Amino acid sequence: MSAVTNSFPNPTAAWDLPSRGKVAMACLIIAESAIFTIFVVAYLFYLGKSITGPTPAEVLETPIFYTICLLSSSLTIHLAAKSLARGIAFAFLGLWLLTIALGGLFLYGTALEWHRLIYNNGLTISTNLFGTTYYSLVGLHAFHVTAGLIMLAIVAVFGLAGRVEMKQSGRIEVLAMYWHFVDAVWVVVFTVVYVLGR
Amino acid sequence: MSSSVIPVPVGQTEARPWVDELHQWLTTVDHKRLGILYIVSALLFLMIGGVEALIIRVQLMHSHNNFVSPEVFNRMFTMHGTTMIFFVAMPVLFGFANYLVPLMIGARDMAFPRLNAFSFWLSFLGGLLLYFSFLGGSGLYGAGNAPDVGWWSYAPLGARAFSPGHSSDYWTLALLVSGFGSIGTAINIIATILCLRCPGMKLNRMPLLVWMNLVMAGMVLLAITPLSAAQIMLLIDRYLGGHFFDTQAGGSAVLWMHFFWIFGHPEVYILIIPCFAFMSEIIPVFSRKPIFGYPVMVAATVCIAFVSMSVWAHHMFTIGMNSYANSFFTLTTMAVGVPTGIKIFNWIGTMWGGRIQFKTAMLFSIGFLFQFLIAGLTGIMMAASPFDWQLSLSYFVVAHFHYVIVGGILFALFGAFYYWYPKMTGRMLSERLGKWHFWLFLIGFHLTFDVMHIPGILGMPRRIYTYEPGRGWDTLNLLITIGAFIQALAILVFVANLIISYFKGARAGNDPWDAWTLEWSISSPPPAYNFATVPTVASRRPLWDAKHPEDPDSRYE
Repeated sequence: MSAVTNSFPNPTAAWDLPSRGKVAMACLIIAESAIFTIFVVAYLFYLGKSITGPTPAEVLETPIFYTICLLSSSLTIHLAAKSLARGIAFAFLGLWLLTIALGGLFLYGTALEWHRLIYNNGLTISTNLFGTTYYSLVGLHAFHVTAGLIMLAIVAVFGLAGRVEMKQSGRIEVLAMYWHFVDAVWVVVFTVVYVLGR
Repeated sequence: MSSSVIPVPVGQTEARPWVDELHQWLTTVDHKRLGILYIVSALLFLMIGGVEALIIRVQLMHSHNNFVSPEVFNRMFTMHGTTMIFFVAMPVLFGFANYLVPLMIGARDMAFPRLNAFSFWLSFLGGLLLYFSFLGGSGLYGAGNAPDVGWWSYAPLGARAFSPGHSSDYWTLALLVSGFGSIGTAINIIATILCLRCPGMKLNRMPLLVWMNLVMAGMVLLAITPLSAAQIMLLIDRYLGGHFFDTQAGGSAVLWMHFFWIFGHPEVYILIIPCFAFMSEIIPVFSRKPIFGYPVMVAATVCIAFVSMSVWAHHMFTIGMNSYANSFFTLTTMAVGVPTGIKIFNWIGTMWGGRIQFKTAMLFSIGFLFQFLIAGLTGIMMAASPFDWQLSLSYFVVAHFHYVIVGGILFALFGAFYYWYPKMTGRMLSERLGKWHFWLFLIGFHLTFDVMHIPGILGMPRRIYTYEPGRGWDTLNLLITIGAFIQALAILVFVANLIISYFKGARAGNDPWDAWTLEWSISSPPPAYNFATVPTVASRRPLWDAKHPEDPDSRYE
């Protein structure tokens, strides 16, 4: 067999393959998109089918400020990743912490809204179909924001310890892809729940 | 082989205590060991699911039988279906993909070895969770233990009111957990194929097995996730008082059916495409010809994947969709037959004029070709919605999909076992026992599933506990049951072959079939690092090039 093994042709010079982290994150995003699609379909399918109130038009208020927070965090994480790729660790850390703050602010907004809906409007997940689909869809998104914030926080801890350097910028970009996805999903959820759904 | 194997110091080859060995298997992140773990766990569940099938068949052997109680009968068909799809077919195919994909593309492991181990253990724990329901599922007194509302758990049967106790919770959680495992494996397979190919292994030079597993993994991402989403909704309904599938509060039972079958139909193709992959490797080697129409095979696979995403509602013709929906799903379903037909044509084109060697692996492959064709034809029959209105939920449907799953998928899998067992263990499977296995299984299969079409046409519904005498079903059901036992006997021969050959089989050597893909260039079983030097390829059949330097494929591609 040695003759056989040796007779493989010589390696070609250029052999570039995509980064496994980015490919895997793209796959995860495709899979997550399918999950969100099913929840969005359920939300749209059950619009106006609730037997009892309250209805979306009566209780929902458009969270414009918190939406701006979340969407701008996409910009800050992009700039953070760029800074790290250029080796400016200080700018990276500042922008990274700003991203976490903006994401945290968004979650705080969701918490305020849920508190108001539950205690003032009496809407829970078991009140009616609107409650079931609304809390599931918005909650699924909030769950993804939370997961993202935990990952961002882990990076921030390493960053504060001075351990995040230019050579990690590939991994930071993979995490940034996830965060962009979370933001993009919010655009869909926002459109469905607060624009079309009212 | 001496040049490509790194010599192992003598001390490391001595037998270790079995606890050490067990520890190594439990903590392994090696794609080959995980592949074998997948396959062995699937074989264990195959035994369990098979026993459940036999219990069903004994109960239906003659009219007014009371071998088991109706409650147990319901549990048996639910557990049989769930086990066979989620804990036999998917794990065994993932196991082969795990084992073969890195070897075929000249990689040393999967892209994410630890994710790989995590995914396997998730899937396996899902199976344990499902079977723990027999012990832990009693919940309320008299509310049953194992899940008993069918493998698709139609709403509102899965709701608290109709499934009290915890049986449906075990079902939901088992599928959710193993679904996450499947998604992890799918991501891993795609990342491995796209990012770890050896130099020269362009996409249009990948073995067809790798191509088809790439397509399969892409389908898993899009098809398993709707099921996970639906399971989350069911959990919200059962635990948080949600109303997704609660018709009393305006929820829709039909929505569950849609969500389930958006998963359920692509799932069939997730299972069959890796079997197409086995066929595309085995048939050329035993016909001594390269595959006929490689680019068309790839295109047909991708085409099947696309079309199969839009056929799901042919499972729901009887719920009363409008005529446009019925026509659409009839047309798309029939359209799947076109790329599938192209594949069968290409396999026959590969065999045509070849010097065919009738080894056991090839016998199973030829069985696959004929039976999968017939299964496809009954599928086309039921794609016509008026015909489906007559036969939906009858034994005709049961016969059809068992023809696909047993006659197609299982035959292809047996072929794969006979073909790659030498690579995995270093020993050949016995051809004599293999022939016994093949012929017994072939006879048992046809006795069971050919005959099963007839009671379906005569009106026997699926999932009935027993039936009245004098409807003309008795003899047929007896024949079906006899066939089931012949199949069980064949499986025992197969298991005996696996075990005996592991210890006493002839040594396989590197390349017992004179094959052409990279896994045969290294020792059997392969060393932990797979390739001492990462190979470079210049054509679709690198080993042909290596064995025939005077006439390499690379000259023609």
